[in-house]
Amino acid sequence: MSTTPAAAQPVGLEGKLKRANVFFELPVSLRSRLIAVVAALLLIPSFLFPLYELTLYSNQFPDGLNLYIYSYSLAGGHPQGRDDLREINTLNHYIGMRPLLESDFSEFKWIPLVVGLFFILALRAAVVGKMANLVDLSVMFLYFGLFSLWSFYHRLNEYGHNLDPMAAVKVPPFTPPLFGEKQLANFTVYSYPGVASFLLIAFFLLLALAVWMSRKPRVAQ
Amino acid sequence: MRNKSRIQILIGAGLLTALVLTLMLGGCARRPKRLAQGGDVTEAAVATYVAPGDLDEYYLFYSGGHSGNVYVAGVPSMRHITTIAVFTPYPGTGYGFDKTSREMLGRFTWGDAHHPALSETKGDYDGRWLFINDNANNRVARIDLRDFKTRQILGPIPNVSGNHGSSFVTPNTEYLLIASRFSIPLPRYAYAPIEQYATAYKGVVGAVAVDPKTGQMSVAWEILMPPFDYDLGDAGKGASDGWAFWTCYNAERATGKLEVTSTQRDRDYIAAVNWKNAEQAVKSGKAKTIDGVKVIDPKDAPGVVYLMPCSKSPHGVDVSPDGKYIIGSGKLQSITTAFNIEKIQNAVQTKNFTGDEDGIPVLKYEAIKDAEVNVGLGPLHTQFDDQGYAYTSLFVESAIAKWKLGTWEVVDKIPVAYNIGHLTAAEGDTAHPKGKYLVALNKLSHGRHLSVGPSQPESSQLINISGEKMKLIYDAFTEPEPHYAQMILASKLKPIEVYAKEDNKDPNAIWDVKDAKVERSGNSVKIKMTAVRSSFEPNHLEVNQGDHVTIYLTNIEQTTDEIHGFGLADYNINVVIDPGETKTIDFVADKPGVFPYYCTNFCSALHQEMQGYLLVKPKGGAVASSRVHAVGGSAGGSR
Repeated sequence: MSTTPAAAQPVGLEGKLKRANVFFELPVSLRSRLIAVVAALLLIPSFLFPLYELTLYSNQFPDGLNLYIYSYSLAGGHPQGRDDLREINTLNHYIGMRPLLESDFSEFKWIPLVVGLFFILALRAAVVGKMANLVDLSVMFLYFGLFSLWSFYHRLNEYGHNLDPMAAVKVPPFTPPLFGEKQLANFTVYSYPGVASFLLIAFFLLLALAVWMSRKPRVAQ
Repeated sequence: MRNKSRIQILIGAGLLTALVLTLMLGGCARRPKRLAQGGDVTEAAVATYVAPGDLDEYYLFYSGGHSGNVYVAGVPSMRHITTIAVFTPYPGTGYGFDKTSREMLGRFTWGDAHHPALSETKGDYDGRWLFINDNANNRVARIDLRDFKTRQILGPIPNVSGNHGSSFVTPNTEYLLIASRFSIPLPRYAYAPIEQYATAYKGVVGAVAVDPKTGQMSVAWEILMPPFDYDLGDAGKGASDGWAFWTCYNAERATGKLEVTSTQRDRDYIAAVNWKNAEQAVKSGKAKTIDGVKVIDPKDAPGVVYLMPCSKSPHGVDVSPDGKYIIGSGKLQSITTAFNIEKIQNAVQTKNFTGDEDGIPVLKYEAIKDAEVNVGLGPLHTQFDDQGYAYTSLFVESAIAKWKLGTWEVVDKIPVAYNIGHLTAAEGDTAHPKGKYLVALNKLSHGRHLSVGPSQPESSQLINISGEKMKLIYDAFTEPEPHYAQMILASKLKPIEVYAKEDNKDPNAIWDVKDAKVERSGNSVKIKMTAVRSSFEPNHLEVNQGDHVTIYLTNIEQTTDEIHGFGLADYNINVVIDPGETKTIDFVADKPGVFPYYCTNFCSALHQEMQGYLLVKPKGGAVASSRVHAVGGSAGGSR
């Protein structure tokens, strides 16, 4: 019932898909390509910084025990030779929590691989210059990000719930905070994303920006 | 006789001076009573108060005298922070109970720790090591300031007897000094009747070499000296670098009641050793070997040692920061003498001698001294500040005199409580003293603290020396008995707080409770054990009576202050292990029965539960041992 002369322009779902096809086939601008390159480059320093930082404060540890989760490893703070990871594990054994062991985290193997893949795909998108690549990348990355977050939450939950029933100190199962502050026994625990997480977020935002900036078909010169 | 009357006149004159001064200054001012309420108290409180959580500005290392320890305090709070065990077993840190420290102590269970000396670079404290001598058993020890632990005890040093004039260091810690206070026939364990004291008994002064990298000490050389009693020393620096000085009393070579017999001459000596020449003499083969040590006889090596006459029965000899003046204090007179190193060297060159003692030239007193400073009664020991002032302790007078180097003018005096021995100013024996603080190390303290009965502590008084007038600002008390101390800027020390796993080189260290194990070969049982909050692993040990048991115990913690102890009842063992440390405990399980072992150093909420049993099966084998189990570990009747 369209009154427009655009009989060539299909309507309804088909029309939307068609328009999507056109959109995905759009070439991206040079500016968007450059943004994709910058986004890719941001992934490199993400290996230098932790994805997540947990700090546990108590009266005995006014400077806090630090736990750093990198994309490829688990590390404790080392103020004045102290080993915070060892200390956290020592304290946790009283409530029957399993020690945090790097070898128990398969994430440390696949996350660096996946980040590397995103690096390559971002460069690919910049070179090929098709909107479809940029969108694929953004969606996959969003999924990766949300999955990792869920996985991290699941880990925390698992550690806090699978407590040894023989433990000296019985505590109700708990989930350490994913974001923010939580009181656990005599410790105030702060959990926040680290610099690497912000780099990954920036990666995603830059991709979205690249998509946004090339969203309209360019007028041929 | 003439000498005697001169001394009497001198002492009389001194006493009279003191009396006149007392009258002039008013009775109260001479007695170190309380601070005047109000301004003085507030000022002192502010100057010494270190608020909770705040840190002191200086470390103070006191010697513990015949307690054999070194005490560590903070200045200006004067709070005692820790005790470093050196010459005495100290269960508090498990010192003397594990294999290493027990072997270091050897056959001795006490020592007389006298003069701590911080290692120096270019005449200033470098914060690496603290050395301390043992006056009783002729040893010197090195404390590593990385972890505040005694790491080496050298000695008994051959030939040295009563190592009192020690452990002063040369400006780059090339050497630390050693000397005999009690001359004996040499080598040690040789015999000669006391009647032959003047000829057959020998004094010794010498040097212990310090490895510049590791701090490892070894006896370098010694010099054979007349049988005087070598008392205190100091190494030259700056203008006097290359020289070492020791005071001595009993130039009379007397025996018997030394209080009388050794105080007859008007003057004793300061022995001045040119240690560079001593090195040369040893190199050119002029030394002989006595009891394994290169010993120089001054007769064979002229130019190594000279004697400087000093007012009688001197105690301290202290070199000024620039090295120009050598300050000798005769404790029975009211003057301290400032010798000039240029004049000393000049007298050596021009052979301006007045005689000799066993071939050692005696320099002419008048030719080498710059001044006799009228400091007061019983001068003992001198320290320096950053403004060109010297501070001399006055034992008899119970006071400190402040006087100016060069003008020799006494500008201030402060009474102390009571009978001051040594004193220590902030880095006050280095090339660059800091001024600001001085601690009087007093021998008597009665009435200054809550009474604790007849065994009184010593008193250490903090004095502010930053102004024109010295101001007493704090009284602190220590266990017996500080003889000297060193005060070093806290920022110069960077101690570790845990032994890092990577730095633990003990081949028997283990880091996981899963690696704990018991290995037997013959009657030797070796156990690798862990200690971590709140358990030992293994938590029980079964051995046979007569077994040689060795426990390699590692504290696998890596957290500051998580210290564990291992106390084994009835076997007289208490070892303490710091985080990351491994210690070896070895003993023969000669008593059958069941013996608890437990953590002695409070560690955690479940510290009480940190315990285990050593089960020693009696000789007689399985039957007896099953009886042990049958009675549930109560092996009282199984013997």
